[in-house]
Amino acid sequence: MTGLVLLGDEAIGQGALDAGLSGVYAYPGTPSTEITEYIQRSKEALERNVHARWSANEKTAMESGLGMSYAGKRAMVCMKHVGLNVAADAFINSGMTGVNGGLVVVVADDPSMHSSQNEQDSRFYGKFAMIPVLEPATQQEAYDMTRYGFELSEKFGLPVMLRITTRLAHSRSAVVRSELRKENGVKLPTDLKQFILLPALARKRYKLLLSTQDKLEMESATSGLNRIEEGEDTSRGIIVCGLAYNYYREVAAEAGLNHPVLKISQYPVPVELLNEFVKQVERVVVFEEGAPILEESLTGVLENEYQIGGRLNGLLPRDGELDPLLVKRALEIATESAREIPAIVKNRPPALCKGCSHIDMYNALGEALEPYGPGRVFSDIGCYTLGALPPYNAINSCVDMGASVTMAKGASDAGLRPAVAVIGDSTFTHSGMTGLLDAVVEQTPVTVIISDNSTTGMTGGQQSHATNRLFEICRGLGVEEEHLRLMNPLRKHHEESRKIVADELAYEGVSVIIAQRECIQTASRRLRSQKSVKSVKS
Amino acid sequence: MKRDIILAGVGGQGILSIAAVIGVAAVESGLYLKQAEVHGMSQRGGAVQSHLRISDTPIASDLIPEGSCDMILSVEPMEALRYLPFLANDGWVVTSSKTFENIDDYPAEDALFEEIRKLQNHLIIDAFSIARELGSQKVSNIVMLGAASDYLGITQERLEGALNTLFGRKGEDVVQLNIKALKAGKQAQKK
Repeated sequence: MTGLVLLGDEAIGQGALDAGLSGVYAYPGTPSTEITEYIQRSKEALERNVHARWSANEKTAMESGLGMSYAGKRAMVCMKHVGLNVAADAFINSGMTGVNGGLVVVVADDPSMHSSQNEQDSRFYGKFAMIPVLEPATQQEAYDMTRYGFELSEKFGLPVMLRITTRLAHSRSAVVRSELRKENGVKLPTDLKQFILLPALARKRYKLLLSTQDKLEMESATSGLNRIEEGEDTSRGIIVCGLAYNYYREVAAEAGLNHPVLKISQYPVPVELLNEFVKQVERVVVFEEGAPILEESLTGVLENEYQIGGRLNGLLPRDGELDPLLVKRALEIATESAREIPAIVKNRPPALCKGCSHIDMYNALGEALEPYGPGRVFSDIGCYTLGALPPYNAINSCVDMGASVTMAKGASDAGLRPAVAVIGDSTFTHSGMTGLLDAVVEQTPVTVIISDNSTTGMTGGQQSHATNRLFEICRGLGVEEEHLRLMNPLRKHHEESRKIVADELAYEGVSVIIAQRECIQTASRRLRSQKSVKSVKS
Repeated sequence: MKRDIILAGVGGQGILSIAAVIGVAAVESGLYLKQAEVHGMSQRGGAVQSHLRISDTPIASDLIPEGSCDMILSVEPMEALRYLPFLANDGWVVTSSKTFENIDDYPAEDALFEEIRKLQNHLIIDAFSIARELGSQKVSNIVMLGAASDYLGITQERLEGALNTLFGRKGEDVVQLNIKALKAGKQAQKK
């Protein structure tokens, strides 16, 4: 057993580099962040000048990736599942335009919501855009399918989605590399009108996309990624999608099961193969990591003769990720009752770090809000969302990137005064700026606090587009200078900070308070690396 | 040879470093490896764990099935108990005695250790004091790795080689300190 030991995410990064990648575009989001970070750290990528800087958000990333593909080169776009909501306009329409250079869109889903607001299944989006979707089960498959994804993309002139989930993204195993493929050169599309989705042209593109579907299904049937693995015990047939394959194989080996298995790793799923499979078994159990998408299409809405079990009939839970135990139960394998967690063990939820600037900001805000009472702070996605927990209990919403500003605006429109938004610096440049413009245009009374720790903290401290730009951005959007305030979030400045917030809460217009102090994690990493550079020099 | 180990601790205590050392050493020893870890939100002072599986035959699942884990190796005593449902009947709990108390309702130490001592196979190591005597409490995690090292089916040489691979860029001092911590942990386990 040789090879690199890589996270699933890292295997995708290496797979793309070896497939002749010219640029990766992404915004950090758990569990997808390490794909781009791997390419950023790669010496080969640096030598080849592969683009790897972060984008402002997933939509700008998706569009930049499409632009690189237009110019003939291979591009990859990476995001977490909810990031695809942000990129959806560009993503869906990229199915319409098609591609020139290969374009792979990696989406990392987070079933069980380890670090997310929902557990949406990106395979829905793949179906929606009518493009091929690949779903690897192992780190090696992640590496290989990334490469195949680029080939597939160029073969059919369509973007390809690579869908992974948390357990593959953040699990390590050995990966063997294949030979390096050269990058494409710059080459314009043969048809220079391909990417113009004017209605008359778009109608033609759509017919082309529809007529390609049969070919995509044929490819899924012949690529080898969807395959039947024979088994003697036909009392059941097992259909497994993506990572679920691993759990079934683990359980089957232990319990000595020998059912026929249909392993699905490429969509659209070939209907003929499904028919062939279900005919040879008495009943079917479907294991999908995510939503019961395939199961639902198999059961349909009308009565049929097939017995199909999975998440829809209660054989498996309707929500959450799968694991070996759930697979065992679904297959009616007796399990010994496991030990219990002793009552003495208490929950240890994540918390803001000691010395974090968000704490001082929340202390100032909390005190300034005391005269008005609770229930008026709209927040956003980032470390500061932990302000929802005790002892702060400081915020009342966390919905999607940028929603703090616009929800505060809507509540203010409804008459809630004061209405406060708390948003991080990176989240603000991701999706907060446009909402602030809405408020400025209408002079809506809102107090927007940008808690600026000059990094993308929750995902591990990536560069923030907002760093050193916030004041100018807010001025440029039209925030009045006397209501564009700077706060120094340190305990010793608490009284001054409280007063700044109190003053702006009372203002009947748009206020922005920038509370700037570097993230202590980023700062300590920066200091450590400076120290080690110095010690190397001396 | 097959070992299923859950590494447990609190975000920032270095369990991913333990995982990385075992991972590199396992692959260098020609073994198969799967190691699932937690990133993102829970790293902020929350409970973190890693499922580590090594074997001389291919491994299917990235997660260890409930009731089949050979060892829970923890750098924090309460965290050692959090994953008991995964432990096999004859499995071991090996934990550092140093508590990390960042929550209001953290249990009384006596009661906590009493709970651990109820387990048939347990080993409590004062990794914090050992690491401090070596000069840095930061290597408590590697002391704990040392305490478990006889059980891993990986040679001491390979583990030291992995420390060299992983910490080499931080300088020879750091590598040597970690190797000392590894040896001290191994010694402590024998007492």
